[in-house]
Amino acid sequence: MRRAFIRTLVDLAEDDERILLLTGDLGYTVVEPFAERFPARFFNVGVAEQNMLGLATGLAESGFIPFVYSMTTFIVLRAYEFIRNGPVAHGLPVRIVGVGGGFEYASAGFTHFGVDDVGVMRVQPGLTIVAPADHEQAASALRATWRQEGPIYYRLGKDDVSTVPGLNGRFDPQRPQTLADGHELLILAMGAIARQAEEAVKQLAAAGHSVGLIVVDTVSPPPLERLRHALASVPVAMTVEAHYLVGGLGSLVSEVVAERGLTCRVVRCGVATMPVGRTGSEAYMAAQHGLSTEGLVASALRALNGPAEAGHYDS
Amino acid sequence: MNKNVVARGRSSVTDRDPATSLPALAKQIRLAILHGSKRANVGHIGSALSVTDILAALYGQVLRVPAPDDPQRDRFILSKGHAALALYAALRARDWIDDETLAGYCRDHTFAGVHPDHHLPGIDFSTGSLGQGLSFGAGAALAAKLSGADRRVYVLLSDAECNEGSVWESVMFAAQHRLSNLVAIVDVNGQQALDHTHRVLDLSPLESRWSAFGWQTHVVDGHDLEQLTATLTCDAASAAPHVVVARTVFGKGVSFMEGQIKWHYMSMNDDEYQLALEQVDR
Repeated sequence: MRRAFIRTLVDLAEDDERILLLTGDLGYTVVEPFAERFPARFFNVGVAEQNMLGLATGLAESGFIPFVYSMTTFIVLRAYEFIRNGPVAHGLPVRIVGVGGGFEYASAGFTHFGVDDVGVMRVQPGLTIVAPADHEQAASALRATWRQEGPIYYRLGKDDVSTVPGLNGRFDPQRPQTLADGHELLILAMGAIARQAEEAVKQLAAAGHSVGLIVVDTVSPPPLERLRHALASVPVAMTVEAHYLVGGLGSLVSEVVAERGLTCRVVRCGVATMPVGRTGSEAYMAAQHGLSTEGLVASALRALNGPAEAGHYDS
Repeated sequence: MNKNVVARGRSSVTDRDPATSLPALAKQIRLAILHGSKRANVGHIGSALSVTDILAALYGQVLRVPAPDDPQRDRFILSKGHAALALYAALRARDWIDDETLAGYCRDHTFAGVHPDHHLPGIDFSTGSLGQGLSFGAGAALAAKLSGADRRVYVLLSDAECNEGSVWESVMFAAQHRLSNLVAIVDVNGQQALDHTHRVLDLSPLESRWSAFGWQTHVVDGHDLEQLTATLTCDAASAAPHVVVARTVFGKGVSFMEGQIKWHYMSMNDDEYQLALEQVDR
C-alpha cells in the first residue's frame, strides 16, 4: 500500500504545488519517487516526529498540504499531543501517513505494532481516518480524499502485491464496501486483515453458511447510516481488525448497535491481550490472536452456532 | 467570532498615535494584566509581566501585520501560552480585539482564556502546552521560504519551556534548513512553576546551547525597549535562525512579585492589587 500511495502522491503533486512530503527518517525504497521528482518539496526531518507534526501545522496554516510519513506507532503515539493541538485543534489539512497497522512489523516486536492507533485517533473530532484494505484501494482512497478540508490519518500497510478479491480498488468515503451479502452473519473488517476475512467468508459459504462482508475503510467519520442499515438485517455481527479490541472497529460497531437500538449480537475479533514477549512472522502473530483465516472461521462458527460467549471484559 | 470583523488595525500602534510610545504601550499592557487578573481572580501574573516589554516592542513596532488575517503578515506564536493576558492587552492596543473581549478574560463564553486560542483575531496558533510553538513557527518560516515571501516568524518561549525535548527537535531543524526568517525569543526570567530554573534543570548558559546548535544568538535586557526593537528586527538574510535571549525579571514592575515563585499561580487580594496598580501607574 505504501508504494502505491506514494506513487499516487507523486501524480497528485505534479498538478498541485501545495503538496509536500515530510518523513521522520523512514520510508527507504518507498519515498524516493517523490524525493527524486520533487527534491525541494521533500524533507527528511530526522528522527523527530513531534517536530514533524508541528512543522506540518505551521506549513498548513500558510497554505500547504503537508503529508507526514512514518510508522504508525511513532507518528501517532509519539506525536499524539502535537496532532491534537496542531492539525486537529486548528482544523488544518495535514495528512498523517502511518505505515504498519497491526502486526506488519511483526518480528520487530511490540514497539512496532500498530494495535492502538485507530483507538486513540478515533476520539479526535474532525480527524478523518482512512484505513485502506489493499494497495489498489490505498491509491483510490488518496485520490478521493487528499483535497478535503481538515486533517486525515491514513493507516497503511506494507503489502503492495496482494489484493482483497472483489474489492477492485473501489473507495467511497460515504459508503463502506460490501463484498458479500448474507443473512446469518455479517463480518465487518478494517485494514489489510480484510483479506483473511474475505477468505474466511468464502470458506464459510462453501460450508453452507450465508455470511456477508463489509470493508469499513473510512473509520472516521463513520458511515453511520450504512452501518446501521447493514447491522439491522443480521442476528450476529463479527468485527475483524488487527488492533486492540478496545477503541477500533469493534468499538465503533458496538456503539452503532447500542445507540441505534439494534438487536444483533457483536463478536469482536482483534488483539485481546498485550502482544509482548514471543514474536514471529506477521502470520504467526495474527494466528496467536485469532486473526488467521482459520481463526476467523472458527470464531464465525462459534458465533453462528452458539450462545453468547464470554465477552472481552469478562476475562 | 468572525476574525475579520474586528480586524481593522493597519499600522503599528506607535505610528497611528504618536502619543502611544513604547513605554506607554508597555504600561498599558501591565495595567491590563493587573485589571484582567484581578477581575478573573486568575494567576500567571508574574509570567505575563516578564514578557510585557517584549510584546510592547513586537506589537508596537517590530511585527509587520497590516491585518490579522493578511496571509503575508509576520507570524507571532506565544509558545509560553500562559502569558496570554499580556498578549490580549497587546491585541487590544492594536484594535484587533475590543474592550469587551479583553474584559471577558476567563469569563463564560469567552475566547480569551488563560491560554490563547486561534479563534481570536490576531492569534495565529493556539498554544498552552509547552514545547510546541517553536515547531509551528519553524513550519511557518519554512512555508515563507518555500513561497519566496519575506514573512518573518516570531516565537516567544519561556526558559523552563526549554526543558521540553521537542524544543530541541525544532532547534535542530531550523538550523539545518537555515530558517533565518525565524526568531525565537526566550524569556529568561529564571523561574518556573515550582522553583527557580537553575534548581530544576540548569540550562545556563542558555545562549551557548542555542549557538552550539547553529543559531545566531543575541542577548538583550528583556525590559529595554530600544534594545529589544533593534535586536528583534533581525537580519532575515543571514545564514541561521535567530534566538534572542531576553533576560527578564519575573513579575517586572510590581515590587512584591519580582522574583517570587508564588506569583506564578497566585492571584491578588485587594490590597495587593491597589499597591500593584500604584507601582505600575506612576
